[in-house]
Amino acid sequence: MKRLLALTTLLATPAFAEGELKVYHWFEYIPQELVDKFTAETGIKVTIDTYDSNEAMLASLKAGKLGQYDVAVPGDYMVEIMRGEGILGEFAPEEMPNFANIDPQWLDVPFDPGRKHSIPYQWGSTAYAVNRDVYKGDIGSLSIIFDPPEELKGRINVLDSQGEVLALASLYMGIPQCSSDRAQLKALNDMLLAAKENWASFGSDIAKDVLVSGDAAAGMIYNGFAAKARAEGANVEYGFPKEGYVVWMDNVVLLKDAPNRDNALKFMNFLLDPQNAAAVTNYAAYSPGVLGATEFLDAAIKDSPENNTPAGQKGEFIQACDAETQAMYDAIWTNLKK
Amino acid sequence: MAGAAPIPETGGSDATYARLRRPLLAPTWAVIGTFLLLPVLLMVVYSFLTKEFRGGVIWDFTLAAYDQFFFDRGLFGDEPARIEWTYIMIFWRSIWQAGLATLFCLLIGFPTAWFIATRPETSRPVWLFLITIPYWVNLLIRTVSLRFILRDQGPMNDALIGMGLIDQPLALLNTNLAVQLGLFYSYLPFMVLPIYAAVERYNFALSEAAADLGANRWRTLVEVVLPVVRPGIVAGCILVFVPALGAFLAPDLLGGAKTFMIGSLIDEQFRGSQGNWPFGAAVSVILMTLVLIVLMIQARAATRAER
Repeated sequence: MKRLLALTTLLATPAFAEGELKVYHWFEYIPQELVDKFTAETGIKVTIDTYDSNEAMLASLKAGKLGQYDVAVPGDYMVEIMRGEGILGEFAPEEMPNFANIDPQWLDVPFDPGRKHSIPYQWGSTAYAVNRDVYKGDIGSLSIIFDPPEELKGRINVLDSQGEVLALASLYMGIPQCSSDRAQLKALNDMLLAAKENWASFGSDIAKDVLVSGDAAAGMIYNGFAAKARAEGANVEYGFPKEGYVVWMDNVVLLKDAPNRDNALKFMNFLLDPQNAAAVTNYAAYSPGVLGATEFLDAAIKDSPENNTPAGQKGEFIQACDAETQAMYDAIWTNLKK
Repeated sequence: MAGAAPIPETGGSDATYARLRRPLLAPTWAVIGTFLLLPVLLMVVYSFLTKEFRGGVIWDFTLAAYDQFFFDRGLFGDEPARIEWTYIMIFWRSIWQAGLATLFCLLIGFPTAWFIATRPETSRPVWLFLITIPYWVNLLIRTVSLRFILRDQGPMNDALIGMGLIDQPLALLNTNLAVQLGLFYSYLPFMVLPIYAAVERYNFALSEAAADLGANRWRTLVEVVLPVVRPGIVAGCILVFVPALGAFLAPDLLGGAKTFMIGSLIDEQFRGSQGNWPFGAAVSVILMTLVLIVLMIQARAATRAER
């Protein structure tokens, strides 16, 4: 009996000698089965602590948690901030056999050129959705939001988020993000003030609900929200504007002073396996940044129009401007909402 | 009639009380110090610090936050300083909305309180209970519900159209009117309850005396009732005006967040990486100063009236 017990313990906790891995992650963003699979394959015991915002994660790491975690999952702009703070570890592509699986379009990203600190986790886009019962015309341009057709005037919800609104407005006007050209900024400011006349409300949390309830006939929205609005019965179509749309991406980063660096790289390598990347996507319903993951996706996600960006149209990350430039964009935002 | 019972000996001298006063007050002071004085002090100090890029503060003292509030240096920050009207207008709009809400609360709240206070003593608790019931529900949920009621295809418009009063739905949602309705509704009981407490203590024999002396109803109300219940009215007005001034749920959810009110302006400064903590703190300090001035004027007027 005793021997049997010993045997089961041995089986249940395979090879403790392989050590452990400390993950700092968003809440409810990785399926438990996938974590169990990693442990079963490598014998590495995974501990996950969670956070609910990029800023909270950064603050906690800076307040002394650095050196306790191996990996974290910051959003695109936060990777750049963390890189600037010097709290990311570095790796070479050769250290990760699956590195080649990264979709080439996510390899040379502006926040981590050449992917020395991070790998893609999930990504999505931000553009707009339009109620097709109200407006049946072309929805392929950001003018839907910034110079709307008659049917949509006064029935538009805009995200209450400076970054997304100003980035999409810049794309619409064809001016670079973080421009410090006065004429361009002045034009951006004036265009937004004129566009506001046609907007009903600003709201991020309500972005999906106003489309479902009919309070708004069009709205700036995240692609995941648009898919949910459609699933809830609203006749909405998500548009990919020709001027470009905003993309966001969460990334797994290697942290500086990681106590289990080797295990962290094993974990990142594991997540770059197409089947595992697809498992995360099936759980979170965004998009994987890994080649070959598509065939493992659930049909509902694979065929979702919101998740399938048309070829040839570009997405842009929201850029983190320097302090001086940012102050001007802050002023434009305050102008818009005063 | 039996004589009043003698006041029992308390068995303690003034000295005993004096000795006990401090230890007995200590918990109160600890709570006030930790949860009131310290945060306010922190807020004042932060308003003089330098903004750290992407949230947080740098411990360099500066007046930059107040400068930003009062002076406009153009979109690019290098024009000669003019008076900045943006934030003053935001304050004015908030004061106007809060003042209107206070007025409406008073117009509805006073008769309500009067009605309750003049019911038989046994049924008053029931009326009070009915007033407070909706307020057991979280403010956020009540505000969202109001959104549902007011929307174009909502029950209120359906009912009005059904009754044939209007042909087109009223576009109420995302307007200042909706914000006003939200503020009024949110803070109504804060007006009713203090006025009720004052009216309940009112000696109705005074009204009878006024009537006997030939005063009509209006004169009785203005010259007899109102002066007596005035403290309740003032307390009610303060309890409605002050929170309405800093409200941000109603402007955000009912007004569509299209224009800043003081509350949403401050809220914005502490959100995400684009926040500006010192500026948020400075706006709070300015708001608190304004409220204190109002309260001080009121207190002085009250003491003068007593004299």
